Amino acid sequence: MKEIIRAASAILIVSAILLYAVNALERSSATVGGGSISVYNWGEYIDPELIDQFEEETNISVVYETFDSNESMMTKIEQGGTTYDVAMPSEYAIEKMKENDLLHPIDHELIPNLENIDPYFLDLPFDPGNEYSIPYFWGTVGIAFNPTLLEGQTFESWDDLWNPSLEQEVILVDSAREVIGMGLNSLGYSLNSTDLGELREATDKLKTMGPNVKAIIGDEIVEMMRREEAAVAVTWSGQAADMMWINEDIDYSVPEEGSNLWFDNMIIPKTAGNVEGAHAFINFMLDPEVAAQNADYVGYSTPNEEAIALMDPEVTEDERFYPPKELRERLEVYENLGLEMLGTYNELFLEFKMDMEN
Amino acid sequence: MKDSPSRPLYLAPYYIWIALFVIAPIALIFYFSFLDLTGAFTLENYQNFFSSVYLRMTLSSFWYAFLITLITILIAYPTAYWLTKTKHKQLWLLLIIIPSWINLLLKAYAFIGIFGLYGPANKLLQALGAGPLQILFTDFSFIFVSVYIFIPFMVLPIFNSLDKINPALIDASRDLGASSFTTFRRIIFPLAINGVKSGVQAVFIPALSLFVITRLIAGNKVITLGTAIEQQFLVTQNWGMGSTIAVFLILFMIIIMMLTGQKEKGGLYNGKTK
Repeated sequence: MKEIIRAASAILIVSAILLYAVNALERSSATVGGGSISVYNWGEYIDPELIDQFEEETNISVVYETFDSNESMMTKIEQGGTTYDVAMPSEYAIEKMKENDLLHPIDHELIPNLENIDPYFLDLPFDPGNEYSIPYFWGTVGIAFNPTLLEGQTFESWDDLWNPSLEQEVILVDSAREVIGMGLNSLGYSLNSTDLGELREATDKLKTMGPNVKAIIGDEIVEMMRREEAAVAVTWSGQAADMMWINEDIDYSVPEEGSNLWFDNMIIPKTAGNVEGAHAFINFMLDPEVAAQNADYVGYSTPNEEAIALMDPEVTEDERFYPPKELRERLEVYENLGLEMLGTYNELFLEFKMDMEN
Repeated sequence: MKDSPSRPLYLAPYYIWIALFVIAPIALIFYFSFLDLTGAFTLENYQNFFSSVYLRMTLSSFWYAFLITLITILIAYPTAYWLTKTKHKQLWLLLIIIPSWINLLLKAYAFIGIFGLYGPANKLLQALGAGPLQILFTDFSFIFVSVYIFIPFMVLPIFNSLDKINPALIDASRDLGASSFTTFRRIIFPLAINGVKSGVQAVFIPALSLFVITRLIAGNKVITLGTAIEQQFLVTQNWGMGSTIAVFLILFMIIIMMLTGQKEKGGLYNGKTK
């Protein structure tokens, strides 16, 4: 009995000391005045130096957290508990969050830098008038490949992935809409298809790719391609840019049948605690110099016209990452298909994973 | 401690704990398994589970869990037996247990490096004359890494029950003319069977629902029930279907517990420790 009491009090004392230490640390990191905001973003999706710069300029301290899928981000915001002031979801997630009344309207008066944004990226169908969202980055889904490992083979069409010479070489991104969408596109269907016949056909076609599939993974794709563990990967443009940054042999193409065009945007959740600070942060991120530095760091394409003018033309004239408007025409933006359809996509994706090896 | 009026008071935290963290979550899982996407009552999730996709997934989960458990026993049993014969038992045991304290993700990432095309495993193969092989993202790598992760959980209970066996029984068996094999079959094996059962429970059930390793090491080419649950909750947001799969996992667990049930208390922590 004595021992139990002794052990219990030891634990209590240690906990109390740790609690005190954590509090003291947090107090010392918060700058005086200006308050703080918490930013909730994708991993590896901002230049950390810019956060320091923002803190210095505005005296607002930033608590920075990351997520790895739109869905987990939404779940966390929906459940409350933590108050995030700014988050960066993709377009279909914004549509859904709007439906669920999770967003705070954005006051354009507080964001004068909005004029730097290319009008092409404003007033898009998922958020007419940009009432709730401000563009952050955009990009495509395509094929990253390493020609030196493939005897110069190139990828103009999705069907090139079915080439028998690619046995055990192709990595796919672990995401139902991207993979099923690729199957749909390769058959000439829309990647927003809700036609069960088309979806079935796409899944059956994907299954025949089985022998070529090396793995279906997430962010590990970048490392795999960098280290030449794999020769081909279906991935997002920014991940491809990350790979090319390290391994210059890698190339990226958006297949001619069409693909996905996506936009990530800054939003203010309804639960935000510091709406003013959130506006200040969004405005700061739209500053041409800031946006240019951020785009250089992150590797995705910026919608900020003024920033593009400041960037290396070699980057911004690269049609792989900044496809001109005509090319963008054959790309499609994801529509929010509703939970039921999302379920169907995922069920088919599971079926594809299970039947791959046959 | 004697029975005293204060005893229920001591037990109160325990009961509250059980109610909050064992009974309530299981009840919630049952409740959610009867809801569809809109939150209305439905039996569709159960119907859906018996569609071919989920049934095949269940079968393949069982197959892999079975293989993993079997190989783990084959490795852990001799190891545990040898451990009971060594001089510094506790030290060796500690060395075997320590890896299980390392985070699963870290171990998985380490194996990505080890099994990679340019990793040490392939370097070794090349030195032996076999060309670089695709080791990562195969059934082999999946089972290898899973077995590696589960070995401590199998060694510990088997060691405890083997160590508990009175050496006089073995001496007696020898004195009566039994061969080593007969001694093992008639004395050691039956006396240590409870340890094996506890080990099977500690390995088979988690192996049914592995999901981190299925992605990182098997590249999602092995699909377990765990993968499906993760996807239903995080991506599809179909908590009903996710809960239904979880209900079946709980059922499988109960069945396995019953099959490996033991009349006499034993296993993990009941063994002799010093």
